[in-house]
Amino acid sequence: MDYLLQQLINGLTLGAVYGLIAIGYTMVFGIIGMINFAHGEIYMIGAFVTVISFVVCGLTGMDNVAVMLAVALIVTIVVTGLYGWTIERVAYRPLRNAPRLAALISSIGMSVLLQNYVQLLQGARVKTMQPVMQGGVTLMDRADGFTVSVSYMQIIIMVLTVALMTGVTLVIRRTTLGRAQRACEQDKVMAALLGVNVDRTIAITFVIGAVLAAIAGFMVTMYYGVVDFFMGFLAGMKAFTAAVLGGIGSLPGAMLGGLLIGLIESFWAGYVSAQYKDVAVFGILMLVLMLRPNGLFGRPEIEKV
Amino acid sequence: MIARLKDALLAALIAGVLTLPLMGARTIESAHGLTAEWHLDRVLAVVVTVFLGRLAVLALLRRARGLGRMFSQISAWVARSAKVFSVQRRKKRRLLKTRFALPAILILATLLLPLMPFSSRYVLDVGIMVLTYIMLAWGLNITVGYAGLLDLGYVAFYAIGAYSYALLAQYADMGFWAALPLCGLIAAAVGVVLGFPVLRLRGDYFAIVTLGFGEITRLILINWTTLTGGPNGLSGVPRPRLFGMEFARSGEEGQALFHDVFGLAFDPSQRVVFLYYIILGMALLVGWFSWRLRRLPLGRAWEALREDEVACAALGVNRWWVKLTAYALAASVAGLGGAFFAARQGFISPESFTFMESATILAIIILGGMGSLMGVVLATLFIIGLPELFRDLEQFRMLAFGLGMVLVMIWRPGGLMSAREPTVRL
Repeated sequence: MDYLLQQLINGLTLGAVYGLIAIGYTMVFGIIGMINFAHGEIYMIGAFVTVISFVVCGLTGMDNVAVMLAVALIVTIVVTGLYGWTIERVAYRPLRNAPRLAALISSIGMSVLLQNYVQLLQGARVKTMQPVMQGGVTLMDRADGFTVSVSYMQIIIMVLTVALMTGVTLVIRRTTLGRAQRACEQDKVMAALLGVNVDRTIAITFVIGAVLAAIAGFMVTMYYGVVDFFMGFLAGMKAFTAAVLGGIGSLPGAMLGGLLIGLIESFWAGYVSAQYKDVAVFGILMLVLMLRPNGLFGRPEIEKV
Repeated sequence: MIARLKDALLAALIAGVLTLPLMGARTIESAHGLTAEWHLDRVLAVVVTVFLGRLAVLALLRRARGLGRMFSQISAWVARSAKVFSVQRRKKRRLLKTRFALPAILILATLLLPLMPFSSRYVLDVGIMVLTYIMLAWGLNITVGYAGLLDLGYVAFYAIGAYSYALLAQYADMGFWAALPLCGLIAAAVGVVLGFPVLRLRGDYFAIVTLGFGEITRLILINWTTLTGGPNGLSGVPRPRLFGMEFARSGEEGQALFHDVFGLAFDPSQRVVFLYYIILGMALLVGWFSWRLRRLPLGRAWEALREDEVACAALGVNRWWVKLTAYALAASVAGLGGAFFAARQGFISPESFTFMESATILAIIILGGMGSLMGVVLATLFIIGLPELFRDLEQFRMLAFGLGMVLVMIWRPGGLMSAREPTVRL
């Protein structure tokens, strides 16, 4: 029971992160119908920029943790958001009307490019950062020494994720920008005729996705303290699985999918086999695509001539 | 002018923000945790380059009146120069000869390569590697080029072929030639089993699922320690023999040795030459096979399916069956390639079968123009051969691949030597 609770907490934390990344996939897919293969790399860049900001803050002699956190977060969001914008502008916008696979191949190329770019500049070795925030709340203490605890970082991750989710949902439901996004999703030509700046709307969608992935990267760096140039690949695949599981194109679906994937991974690692936890996630991806390609909240797609 | 300057300044600013953290500060492990090393000169170089480059592009643009026109001019030029080599050009009688001339010259050149005075062991090693990739790319070309299915997990079948041979040799004591067809069959069988459920999926979902296959295969190879040796891999994979003759300095009692039988002095490069001819034969066979396949009804069905699935379904083409054959055939080619790889290396580990391998082969096909056999050869020489000869650039190779994939897609979504013309015309 205690073990179960601990796995539940860990799984929810992990799931929150996957959910945040999954939103980027789902929003981009919703609006231009492509799988942004380079999204995992955006998350990786977010994590790297966080580490670099912290190191640089440390070198300049800053010692106030709160200021450091704020500086790192802002730098990460700005830089990673700009990466999202640039990638869309350079690699995807020219392919707006090209066949679907052309854009997918372009995004695979972008992903390979970014991975090797970071590897060349920052080295292939894993970077370990000292935890910035430690401590937590012990929920349960057993006689044999097994404790169930929630660290402050885990609480922050969950609270921040919920806040961001609410924010994004409100933006899409209530604001002019959200209305433009929904319009582009339905019919880009018609939206353009009615005065929506389609290019700008799509660019902003990419930036929102990138910023959420950057925050996910920031939180993961705070939580685990380990980054490497390859981390985006697996996380991206899992987040994509989450987006598909929830129904690609659906915002609440992405979040729910993320939580489910996080829980499955955590429980699989805890009860079945830690080595095969990634295999389990990929297996779920295939099962979902085969049995229920529209996911939990997705709309069925109609093949048009 | 002012507007152009503004534009270039903005581009330079963006480049600066993008590169400042990642390029400007390199994180290094030290005794007291992470610290950073400054490289602000690089950032400055990038910013200046982007600024000047953007100005130059804008100035050029004004002359060419629009980015599109400049691109179309350059790409038309590339197309024209590529067309000379194109195997597809059949309307002009004049060029009919070149259609067979270039492949014939290339085949002759590869056949004679080991006899050339300059062919050192190193040259042959590079040759073997290039030929392996050509063969693999021709195999993947069946799925990606002909049938239009983006397979991102091709490396899984390569790995299955390699491990099949290593395990067959270890447990069933099979030689290379006996195991080779079996490896192809095993890979094809796995392809059928995996393809069976997922081939119904839409293009990009299919791509992601195959990527999942590739990763699952690698993870299983790493974790199934008792069978695959885990991360340490399998060593002592037997080398191929020529009619039972071994290529070694000395063998067990009664074992025929190549240099003994032919009365030659022992030379390790004999084995390399032998391996070279094996892979040359395999590659040519695969190339010829896929070239002929394309003219069969099946090959035409692949192409038709690639161009328009809905129309195919309406005309009564069994989509699922047509895709499955393409997928399984490509898988079997990868299986054969994997068996050769294992036999050549004598040692295999999961590290050789990462996604980057799939991406490399995919990059070859994309650069070569999806569907074009000659394009694949030229692209392999370009992608595998060049970096092999310039080892210093090794680290920039994958970077260039990624960039190349993006640029080719933007520029000529059909590939540099596009062969997207239908084989038959009404």
